[in-house]
Amino acid sequence: MKTNLFQNRNLTLAVSALVALALFTAACGKKQIPAPPPAPTAGNQTPGGFGNPTPAGNVTATLTAEPSRIEIGQSANLNWTTTNANDVSINNGIGTVSATGRQSVSPTETTTYILTAVGPNGSTTASATVTLAPPPPPPAPEARQNNSMGTLESRVQTDLKDAFFDYDGVTIRDDARAALLADADSLKRIFNDFPNATINVEGHCDERGSAEYNLGLGDRRASSARDFLVQMGVPAAKLRTISYGKERPQCTEADETCYQKNRRVHLSAGQ
Amino acid sequence: MKKRIIIYAILIAALAVAVLYAQRTDIQTSIVGPGGKPALAVVDFRGAGAAQPFMSVFNSTLYSDLQASALFDLKPKSMFPLNNPQTPADLVAEDGGKGDALQDWSGAPVHATHLVFGYAGVVNGLFVIYGNVYDARQQDLQAAKLFAQNYPDSLDEGGAARAAHKFAADIIQRFGGSGSLLNSRIYFISSRGAAAKFGTELWVMDWDGNNQKQLTHLGGQMAYPAISPDGSRLAATWWPIAGGQPRIDMINSQTGRTVPFYNQLASLNAAAAFTPDGKKIFYASSPTGESQIYSADIDGRNFSPVTSTHGTPSEPKVNPKNPDSLLFVQGVPNEQIYKMNAEGAGIERVTNGEGEASNPSWSPDGQHIAFSWTRGYAKGEFNIFVIDIGSPDHYNQLTHGEGKNENPVWGPDGAHLVFTSTRAGRTPQIFTMLSDGTQVKQVTTQGSNRYPVWGVQ
Repeated sequence: MKTNLFQNRNLTLAVSALVALALFTAACGKKQIPAPPPAPTAGNQTPGGFGNPTPAGNVTATLTAEPSRIEIGQSANLNWTTTNANDVSINNGIGTVSATGRQSVSPTETTTYILTAVGPNGSTTASATVTLAPPPPPPAPEARQNNSMGTLESRVQTDLKDAFFDYDGVTIRDDARAALLADADSLKRIFNDFPNATINVEGHCDERGSAEYNLGLGDRRASSARDFLVQMGVPAAKLRTISYGKERPQCTEADETCYQKNRRVHLSAGQ
Repeated sequence: MKKRIIIYAILIAALAVAVLYAQRTDIQTSIVGPGGKPALAVVDFRGAGAAQPFMSVFNSTLYSDLQASALFDLKPKSMFPLNNPQTPADLVAEDGGKGDALQDWSGAPVHATHLVFGYAGVVNGLFVIYGNVYDARQQDLQAAKLFAQNYPDSLDEGGAARAAHKFAADIIQRFGGSGSLLNSRIYFISSRGAAAKFGTELWVMDWDGNNQKQLTHLGGQMAYPAISPDGSRLAATWWPIAGGQPRIDMINSQTGRTVPFYNQLASLNAAAAFTPDGKKIFYASSPTGESQIYSADIDGRNFSPVTSTHGTPSEPKVNPKNPDSLLFVQGVPNEQIYKMNAEGAGIERVTNGEGEASNPSWSPDGQHIAFSWTRGYAKGEFNIFVIDIGSPDHYNQLTHGEGKNENPVWGPDGAHLVFTSTRAGRTPQIFTMLSDGTQVKQVTTQGSNRYPVWGVQ
């Protein structure tokens, strides 16, 4: 804000005379008597009693905000003073105000208030900014799985398929080949996401052979599937074959549908 | 001339038929004992004073043991004479058929060959059986005496039962029984006591199903136990519940605790069997990627391969009378029982290639094999068969499609078998029977029970 104190030569001269008079009085060493207020000038009388314009009519204005920094929901006080103004207003919806005053404001965002004081000899402005504190940081995000990755167990469960076998068979048949090809791709992604993971290649059998023989048969099925996966580029060191023979059936009915479900290689997350 | 040739041919053919028939029936006679069954008249023993309350237990146990041996023709008590002798002094030369003369028992209507009699008394607080076995066919009392023996035990029902078991065991042994069930125990794998799905533990019971108790608390899944000849150890196959490769656990049969055993670094170590001296085991392992039969010391060390076949050989079983004779099972195209020597040489198929044959078990005398076979039934529908190792083409079928019947194991008496069957429902249970297929008894009812083995204490 800049006030044009010296707008014309006459005004300059008048001010100089007053200053000189004041200095002279002080130099006389008498008890100081406050100078009487300047007599009102008819032409400078502000309607409504506004201000006491100096004889020179310079318009001054100050505007402060206290506190200048609030949080949302809190209030700040605008304080202002003006001189030689007969029209004082503050923007942002406050409007015309008295020459000197105070008003509470509760802005919801950082706001700069501008006071405009207009007097007979000109106008001036003053401004004050009420800064809103930044919002607090959001709470820490909930502990949730990265949807794109999941846990090893969930990935193994959803991404890997069983390979099924013929009765007493260890040969990778066409449907098992398709399943294991897809498994090989899935395993590469899983090992990429879980570099330390190992996968169990479990061999299972239906209930019809003897238990002891089926243990060996399950081992051969697991090895057969493991070898196929390795040929498809799955690291052998990541795969561990386990035979459960017919000791852990996923189906216990005595029919071919159930038998087929149990003649399988199942991939599970290793320890 | 032609007529003579025809007669010779007929005679030769008849001879051949007779030989074949003799071989076929040899199984039966060798199982039930040579020379036909002795006919025993077993009188009810009475007890003096405080012994009397326990005589019911004694008499029923003695009769049950003798009957279970399959060695005897036990004569019905309803045919017995009025008097039952209690001591040899009661026997007289002739009493007019009242029962105090031996001929009262050898003649009509009893027709016994031997008389088992005696009584019980209390001596120094002990229950004592004074037992006698006499040949009822003898005229002279001294010549008739087969043996007399005292059996002291505690004055309670348990003591009475033990005394009966001991007396029966002595009678069985005297009549040529190859062993006794006295002090024998059946170990088996049960789902009881295991909380996790698929969890199983090792259990033990008396051979009649009494005193069933959990032996191990390993918290995994167990299968295929084998018992050492002295009954001190069991080797079982074990998986962790959370998932893992099967391994062999060596277990103290008294405490149920594991003892050190070295498992090879392999995808499986399983299905162990002990040698007759109990110093080595044979088992299946796959350190090279293909399962083979290995031998090792009892602690798993000093292992070496025995087989080098491509049929997934498993279930090695050593002949109890010949450590250089083994049975095992392998597939391709279907599982059958084979034999070989202890070095893996001389492999020959024992079963005829029909169906699937597995679970071989040597009889205590090393002459017979009990096994599971699907011959005549659908895949997986196993029944129990017995063959003579010398004539494997002649078999005796013991079960006939009453559920699935698997894992037969001979009792130490050479007359009984224990096996698993689903004849009582989908859940397998343990049964015993005589080796001729009779006297089938269910000995477990709770939970799922499989893989029995019969050992001595």
